[in-house]
Amino acid sequence: MTGQHTAPTVPAPSDAPPAISARGLSKRFGRVVAVSGLDLDVPAGTIFGLLGPNGAGKTTTIRILTGLAQPTAGSATVDGIPVGLDQTDLRRRIGYLDQDPRFYSWMRGRELLDLVGRLAGLAGPKLRSRLDEMLERVGLADAADRRIGGYSGGMRQRLGVAQALLGRPSVLFLDEPVSSLDPEGRRDLLELIGSLRGEMTVVLSTHVLADVERVCDRVAILDRGRLVIESGLEDLLTAHARPIYRLSPEPDQASVVDAFLDALRAASWVDSVAVARDGALAITVADPATAGASIVPLLAATGVRVQSLERSRPSLEEVFLALIGPRGADEVDGRGFVRPREVDA
Amino acid sequence: MAGFGPLLRKELLEAWRTLRLPIVAVVFLLVGFSSPLLARFTPQILKAVAGNQIPFVLPDPTTADAVDQLAKNLGQFGGLIAILLAMGAVATETERGTAAMILTKPAGRAAFLGAKLVAIGVTLAAGVAVATAGSWFYTLVLFGPLPPSGVAAAAVLQWLVFMAWASITFLASTITRSSLAAAGIGIVGFIGLGIAGALPTVERFVPTGLGRPARALSLGIAGPDPWTPAAATILLVAASVSLAWLAFRRQEL
Repeated sequence: MTGQHTAPTVPAPSDAPPAISARGLSKRFGRVVAVSGLDLDVPAGTIFGLLGPNGAGKTTTIRILTGLAQPTAGSATVDGIPVGLDQTDLRRRIGYLDQDPRFYSWMRGRELLDLVGRLAGLAGPKLRSRLDEMLERVGLADAADRRIGGYSGGMRQRLGVAQALLGRPSVLFLDEPVSSLDPEGRRDLLELIGSLRGEMTVVLSTHVLADVERVCDRVAILDRGRLVIESGLEDLLTAHARPIYRLSPEPDQASVVDAFLDALRAASWVDSVAVARDGALAITVADPATAGASIVPLLAATGVRVQSLERSRPSLEEVFLALIGPRGADEVDGRGFVRPREVDA
Repeated sequence: MAGFGPLLRKELLEAWRTLRLPIVAVVFLLVGFSSPLLARFTPQILKAVAGNQIPFVLPDPTTADAVDQLAKNLGQFGGLIAILLAMGAVATETERGTAAMILTKPAGRAAFLGAKLVAIGVTLAAGVAVATAGSWFYTLVLFGPLPPSGVAAAAVLQWLVFMAWASITFLASTITRSSLAAAGIGIVGFIGLGIAGALPTVERFVPTGLGRPARALSLGIAGPDPWTPAAATILLVAASVSLAWLAFRRQEL
């Protein structure tokens, strides 16, 4: 795995052949660069999060890897099969859920799965039992004989998950899979994705970082078509997030808290301090080791009585924002989307 | 052709479920029924409307008039229906995103196109069959019998002509990815080849050149050789489908 930017890359945890391997993968639409020189190895059996803001190149990358789009340059393999537009062998190994899944509205849910199952080579009792299993698994058993045209957005999404999983793919691509689900459906789907760990490789594209933290083993962050970093989730959080100490002083001790704040601001191991309305302090530290040794003695020295003190686990969102960086006005279009990069033809 | 069977099943189910197949059958049946009726009663209708103002004697209608009427009506209605059936075959699926859903499954793009074309062929065949049967029956009632084997052979030739219009439109639907553009190109092909077929030197090499052999077969009389225009039409269909496949296999979805 090779990063395009300066951020360090944590090596993949396994020596087994990667489920997905991309080298120099690029895609241009005229002058717009959607994906630029992407090198990526996705270890087999992992749940892999593909992160990035809108326009980062996540969907284009997935479309190339699933054979729906052709790269302008570079190459990739999925489960050892070179990706290409009319590659039936590739499609025997993958499952795919589009971010806006489209189905035949005149069909019934069960009929669609029947078609997908037959295309995957299933027939007879095996097909019927697999259909029942998948309908049950995604919670559509009661709606299986209704026309898809009458399904809600969430039901279509769940049907999309079922059709993607039906052929027992080696690699499952899910492009923004929880975007149209309610909280309960979102929780269920994330649990379902989590249950696939080890059974198949799952590539999950999203910009909902909480979902990634919940289910992914590894993540790649894309920004304007370039890979910023690829790493194990825990390694990424450890390597890039500075810890935050959250402290709640007991009430009615303003003078000692002010003294404590002055001492903090003077300390070299403190990066910043934020004071909430309720008086709680969020202390972002620059030197975690020194902070760990110094914060309690400093409290004792200033005489602050404490209700609670905790060292917070850094969130992926903090890491993400630190790596992607704030957007300048010229980088964001009128709708709030990040402008894609343009190059001279 | 991986996945051809399930995809053809889906196409035929869609043709039935969306009423495409029943509607085409009913329209063709009406054309088949009405053609001998029009041939038989048009002189009487004209006499009733115009009275003695017609300055010539209208000849009594014959079986040949019934056959000609069917060929004219079916050729026009059927041609337009063939274009309507094919115009959105590929364009609609690529536009709606359902082609992308299917083509991430183990189904070849050739199978995807092949299933659609066969389903169009089946729909048109059903239409031509009911139109021919209806027309044959009313011709029998109003004029007299036509040779069943000749009528059946003529129906096959007529179906082949429709497949030519459908395949040109199908190619356009694949390349342009727009139903309207495909219909436009299909109609241009329909009219253009129709005009070209009026030239005696070209007639044998275009689909409309099958008209005179089909007429002779229906009436059980000697007529021009059907093999050359039939081969030319099959070649046109094969070329259109091959070009559609070559274009489609390179298309991003």
